[in-house]
Amino acid sequence: MENSQVNYDTLIPNNVGLSEDRRVLKALEKWHPGYIDWWKNMGPNGFQESQVYLRTAVGVEKNGWAQFGYVKMPEYRWGVLLAPQVENRTISFGNHKGEAAWQEVPGEYRAILRRLIVIQGDTEPASVEQQRYLGQTAPSLYDMRNLFQVNVEEGRHLWAMVYLLQKYFAADGREEANMLLQRRSGDIDKPRMLGTFNEETPDWLSFFMFTFFTDRDGKMQLESLAQSGFDPLSRTTRFMLMEEAHHMFVGETGVGRVIQRTCEAMNEAGITDPYDIDRIRALGVIDLPTLQKKANLHYSLSLDLFGSEISTNAANAYSAGIKGRYNEEKIDDDHLLHNDSYPVLKMVDGKIVTVQENALTALNMRLRDDYIADASKGVGRWNKIIQKAGVEFELVLPHTAFHREIGEFGNTFCSPEGELISEDTFQERRNDWLPSSDDGAFIQSLMHPVTAPGEYAGWIAPPRIGIDQQPGDFEYVQLDEASA
Amino acid sequence: MIDFQTHPSQYKHWRLEFNTEIANLIMDVSPENGIFDGYELKLNSYDLGVDIELYDALQRIRFEHPEVRAVILKSGKENVFCAGANIRMLAGATHSHKVGFCKFTNETRNSIEQASNDSGIKFLAAITGACAGGGYELALACDHLVLIDDGSSSVSLPEVPLLAVLPGTGGLTRLTDKRKVRRDRADIFCSTEEGLRGEKAVEWRLIDETIPRSKFEDHVQAAAKELATQSDRPTESQGIALSKLSKTAFKDNEAIGFNYSTVTLRVEPKVGTATIQIIGPDTPPPDTAEEIAAQGDQFWPLRAARELDDVLLHLRTNEETIGVIVFESQGDLAQVAAYDDLMETFAENWLVREIVLNWSRVLKRIDLTSRSLVALISPGSCFCGTLAEIVFACDRSYMAEGEFEELAFPEATLQLTNSNFGRHTMSNGISRLETRFLGEPDSLTKARESINTPLDAESSESIGLVSAIFDDIDWEEEIRLFVEGRVSFSADVMTAMEANLRFAGPETMETRIFGRLTAWQNWVFQRPNAVGEAGALQRYGSGQKPQFDNGRV
Ligand SMILES: [Fe+2]
Ligand SMILES: [Fe+2]
Repeated sequence: MENSQVNYDTLIPNNVGLSEDRRVLKALEKWHPGYIDWWKNMGPNGFQESQVYLRTAVGVEKNGWAQFGYVKMPEYRWGVLLAPQVENRTISFGNHKGEAAWQEVPGEYRAILRRLIVIQGDTEPASVEQQRYLGQTAPSLYDMRNLFQVNVEEGRHLWAMVYLLQKYFAADGREEANMLLQRRSGDIDKPRMLGTFNEETPDWLSFFMFTFFTDRDGKMQLESLAQSGFDPLSRTTRFMLMEEAHHMFVGETGVGRVIQRTCEAMNEAGITDPYDIDRIRALGVIDLPTLQKKANLHYSLSLDLFGSEISTNAANAYSAGIKGRYNEEKIDDDHLLHNDSYPVLKMVDGKIVTVQENALTALNMRLRDDYIADASKGVGRWNKIIQKAGVEFELVLPHTAFHREIGEFGNTFCSPEGELISEDTFQERRNDWLPSSDDGAFIQSLMHPVTAPGEYAGWIAPPRIGIDQQPGDFEYVQLDEASA
Repeated sequence: MIDFQTHPSQYKHWRLEFNTEIANLIMDVSPENGIFDGYELKLNSYDLGVDIELYDALQRIRFEHPEVRAVILKSGKENVFCAGANIRMLAGATHSHKVGFCKFTNETRNSIEQASNDSGIKFLAAITGACAGGGYELALACDHLVLIDDGSSSVSLPEVPLLAVLPGTGGLTRLTDKRKVRRDRADIFCSTEEGLRGEKAVEWRLIDETIPRSKFEDHVQAAAKELATQSDRPTESQGIALSKLSKTAFKDNEAIGFNYSTVTLRVEPKVGTATIQIIGPDTPPPDTAEEIAAQGDQFWPLRAARELDDVLLHLRTNEETIGVIVFESQGDLAQVAAYDDLMETFAENWLVREIVLNWSRVLKRIDLTSRSLVALISPGSCFCGTLAEIVFACDRSYMAEGEFEELAFPEATLQLTNSNFGRHTMSNGISRLETRFLGEPDSLTKARESINTPLDAESSESIGLVSAIFDDIDWEEEIRLFVEGRVSFSADVMTAMEANLRFAGPETMETRIFGRLTAWQNWVFQRPNAVGEAGALQRYGSGQKPQFDNGRV
């Protein structure tokens, strides 16, 4: 019944035997029109009639999941795709370690599983909503296509979570699935569940930063859910991770190309001081200090997504075998953590210190540390670009306590270097550390659409290679008349 | 030692804002200011210290702000209304502290309902963010519950699935008795950790309405205004300030205690008793309501009630090993009667009403104090009317017969006034005398006929107002024997027996809370499934699953 081939017999492409599962098929078909409505109202503004060169999955194996072709976004074949089932998979951590992975939801974990799935599910449409106006200022057709690719895949991630809700959580699940279409990013009455997903994505630099920093949180969350003892969740998230890698590619190369262009422009103009901001900006490129401020902002917002330093929920989810650690199976320990500790940064007597905490309740921090290591590598690659161009500047990730809303450092004020300061000092220095409204206005002033194939806005370098090996002047988006 | 006196200027966890007829009562718990060490009061969770401030705030709204007709109870925190009693505090507390803490919080919540029913202070819970466990139980004490409709804020009673204990601050009872939630729905609600929100919560009567964020503030204001119209509180009266009680500690060879202005507490650890002596008024009552207001918190009935309340709270919390409380009084019976009459004459006055209600609460606090209670009506005592209620709240009452040779005091008499016939009801909704005489209606009639006449020991005994009478030859010996006998019994079984004997008669929501709910909760609080090393309270937050012994008892 389940296989690696996607079945297109039904309205909803799938590899989960939907045509034989009448109950779930019916539920999904009922949900489908609402989804399409949501996409049309809240998906990319304009461009719904444009032909976009997108990849669509036809199979979940490595060679079958990326098929490229032109498609109008509302006709994109969103489907339910799970990574192939691993024979005799067992749970690798927590109190159920060694038991066969569950194919159904265990009753006692129903609530906690549903909550995890709903929170994950809520982020998927949220980012589509946050990014819906960006198409109009895309720096190239290539970038526009990448944006839309990310958007349709976030839409598919929503499908993936909705499938789990409808298949395994009965009436409650259906209700939650409907709620996922009702909440709106930034809406005062129906906001998305996590704060960061209610922030605006006002410009393309924000988009790149978001996909680099915030999608990476998504990646870490998916990585830990991929370990889940609840097999359908594990399989779903494993497939989502393949798509997520592309989102981070868009972010990392996006910022990388901005850096590249800035350095090139500086070199061409003979500017060696990266802080000679006015002259650099006069070249129509984004100065490196401003990029640093953008990174500070997005990084700190993303750290908040990992929640409180000490979390009972995280401990419970781990012990229950529902949410593991990043690379759980590669970690050499007992996978129970009853007697282990983990170093956590905390505020003690007004100082930032490392405290050994119960490893179970510190799982959020462990995941966050893995995140930080992962993000640092990307930042290192950005610095290589700067180095190669011969500019003396280094991007650095700010201190964990900098600009935080949630957890230990939520009520403290801290410099990017990790020095505790007064609120007044923070407000005084704020514009040195975080994008000011002037910075925003400057970036905004660069956001003019470039829609000729092969051409790029002056603030961003072209990519080194095209999508699907296409040539440089490939028409990634065929604009319809209305949007052209 | 835990002190129950505080003042808004010292609050760490609450804020009070007054906008003429509407008051905002804002819960904003300071995590690092728990009353004990070893836990943080995160997410607006509370401990005894938080509740002491709440109790104080309610007293201030009653006495200092007669203009307040509706109170909006809300959270000062962004994403949480109140997470309930702090679980780590509970896990670390002794059994007796848990029980005492729950009792005090229950009394405070009941007093919110009393304020609504009898004082014309209506309560609206403006719920934003998670409202869980004790947080929802606090909201349940309010008249009107408005939940923000933001897709995530919810009400819940997660105690059962999460902690393997009951929602013990009236939660279960208020669901079924006050809000009349269907029992199967209550069952679902109480066993679902994440609770309910939205229209379903309204349909199940868990809340009264749910309002989107953009309209929430306006709606809450309008609903509070609407509630305020149901109030009969005065519009142009000045409140009276509640000052700090005058209270000095003393210590001698046998005893420690406090001297208040109208009350003395003498704790004798070796004997195992605490003696509370109430001293009657030393001046005749004023003639007018204005004069009462001018005396303010120094007005004898109010002063005595506040001091007595403070003594009771002190004994319950700080003197856990004292098993017997002895009540005595001293003063002019006629003068106490005059004050009682004055309260009747000005019953319509808001301040007098509040003072009477305060006495009702203090007397209930005596009923609910789990120590053996005995009243000694000795020569020179002044158990009259309201003070006589103390006698009827006790498990035993002994009266001295005739004059005592070596004492200069007049012969002991007891006197009933109107206040003994319905002014101060017990938790069961009827008066102490009515409860006492459930099986002897004639005695109740005789008691009523005796109103305003001082009764000597013989008459008191014949009506059935006292347990026994002794003359000066036997008095001391009999009392000593009673006390020694009493302290020799098992404290547990005394508590259990007294609690069963005190509340005859009708069941009310209050008796069900203090009887059924509390008893079951206290049982659960003793069981390994909750408090054992692998029990849910101990395992909470460790990430480890509790282990249950699933044999049904
Ligand atoms: Fe996603
Ligand atoms: Fe993504």
